[in-house]
Amino acid sequence: MTEPVVSMKNISYSYESKKVLDHVNFEVPQGSFMGLVGPNGGGKTTLIKLILGLIKPDEGSIAIFNDSINPRKDRNKIGFVSQKANSFNKGFPATVFEVVSSGLTAKIGYFKFLNKTYKAKILEAIDQVGMLAFAYENIGNLSGGQQQRIFIARALVSDPELIILDEPTVGIDYENVKRFYELLHRLNKEQNKTLLLVTHDTGTMTEYATDIVCLNKELHFHGNPEEYTSLTEKDFSQFYGHPVNLVSHNH
Amino acid sequence: MLADFFQYDFLRYTFLTGLLIGVIAPLLGTFIVVRRLSLIADALSHVTLAGIAFGLMAEKKFGLMLPPLYSGMVFSVIGSVLIEKLRSVYKAFQELAIPIILSAGVGLSVIFISIADGFNTDLFNYLFGSVSAVSQNDFLMILGISVFVVLVVVFLYKELFTLSFDEEHATISGLHSKQIHLLFIVLTALVIAASIRIVGVLLVSALMTLPVAASMRLAKGFKQMMLLSILFGELSVILGLISGYYLSIPPGGTIVMISIIILLIAIGLKRIQSKPRKVRDSV
Ligand SMILES: Nc1ncnc2c1ncn2[C@@H]1O[C@H](COP(=O)(O)OP(=O)(O)OP(=O)(O)O)[C@@H](O)[C@H]1O
Ligand SMILES: [Mg+2]
Repeated sequence: MTEPVVSMKNISYSYESKKVLDHVNFEVPQGSFMGLVGPNGGGKTTLIKLILGLIKPDEGSIAIFNDSINPRKDRNKIGFVSQKANSFNKGFPATVFEVVSSGLTAKIGYFKFLNKTYKAKILEAIDQVGMLAFAYENIGNLSGGQQQRIFIARALVSDPELIILDEPTVGIDYENVKRFYELLHRLNKEQNKTLLLVTHDTGTMTEYATDIVCLNKELHFHGNPEEYTSLTEKDFSQFYGHPVNLVSHNH
Repeated sequence: MLADFFQYDFLRYTFLTGLLIGVIAPLLGTFIVVRRLSLIADALSHVTLAGIAFGLMAEKKFGLMLPPLYSGMVFSVIGSVLIEKLRSVYKAFQELAIPIILSAGVGLSVIFISIADGFNTDLFNYLFGSVSAVSQNDFLMILGISVFVVLVVVFLYKELFTLSFDEEHATISGLHSKQIHLLFIVLTALVIAASIRIVGVLLVSALMTLPVAASMRLAKGFKQMMLLSILFGELSVILGLISGYYLSIPPGGTIVMISIIILLIAIGLKRIQSKPRKVRDSV
């Protein structure tokens, strides 16, 4: 096994006085498709913000690509699809092409322009998510699910090694959630991208993920999908701090 | 009809300055509008007024020769930095920064004006713009500002666009979002100070936003919208200056009314142009 892509040691984090993460140890192995689950407010988005360097831990250390020293340098190796992507400013007057091109901005660097190679990369990323026909449409004219695909293309275009997705399937119908997972599966298997996916939709996720992690302030479970689906209601009530109806989860 | 503008020096400088602000005001206005910062332009123009009033007062009371364009510019830039500071203090209520700075601008203006015992005609020109107010010096300064603004927007276009579309994503991807944003706000302050001579304090934000509002109805994509905004901005300034001069109306009024006519036409065109095409289908 190669080095983990993300490695968090003993991480604690509080918003003001409220402790949200409590001594979390967490690794994302290279090439894995990791599902991160847990109750609302369990700290999943916070954990991701820490990985992305948007906030600093109160305690503990984070290494990304084995480098804890210079986080900005490695940021363009990470693609990110945010929980808020669904609620962006719909009226924003930009074409799909322009939106996806913004995923390359940091990689290209200051004072440089988009050249032919970059333009081809942008079209390729749009093609990968099956939206090439819409490349020059305004993003506001697309449906929510189509927009979500565009945001995935924006994350893909810089050719990141790790892609982090925070509840990307909210508001997408069942049929398209399946297609979406198949796209992720292909990226994981064919292009060897490491994926970290936050979701409440554990049913579909367990079919594709290679690792599952359960987070509620502390790390409650880390294992493969088989182990996860064999967990009992009792285990879940412990993780979630209240009784959980398992029907929606498995079996 | 244009002849006078080339015959008289002061009109020529006014006209050339008008051409410059017709480019830079909508250019930055495009970013301001999509980032929902339109009111910042208003706040800054009132701070600029305070700076202008300060310059006029200094001249009248203390005989200091402080060109109002410069004192206005200094106040405007300081105001823009303060707005950013306030926006980070009131994270959850960022728009509060705007009324705070705007009222501070008006308050200071009133104080400076009354200390100077009023200066009615000058003040009227600054409020509504004037065709006869641009000196050669002013023109050169505004030319400098324009070149600087255009160069920054050209060379940092992709960063400005990325930041405007999704600030969080820009930061995550490693851009220096804070610094770029600050630079942008300072540029806005400079453009406002540069435009005030011609369109006036009360209407400068209109020149930054109305052409954008019109082109937003028609353009496909961001770059196209930006270019169309500049076209509309130029059209408004040229027609506004000429009509203002011949009708003896402050150009701020005529420029803005022409922008509004363009906006109405754009809205009408969009209506005729068929209903907005909705893209259907799966994800
Ligand atoms: N910016 C913030 N300021 C203060 N508290 C916050 C902030 N963001 C999150 N919290 C708190 O931290 C806790 C964890 O939030 P977080 O967003 O990480 O949860 P999550 O697991 O992503 O939840 P969800 O499933 O609803 O997305 C919550 O109780 C929330 O109230
Ligand atoms: Mg969350």
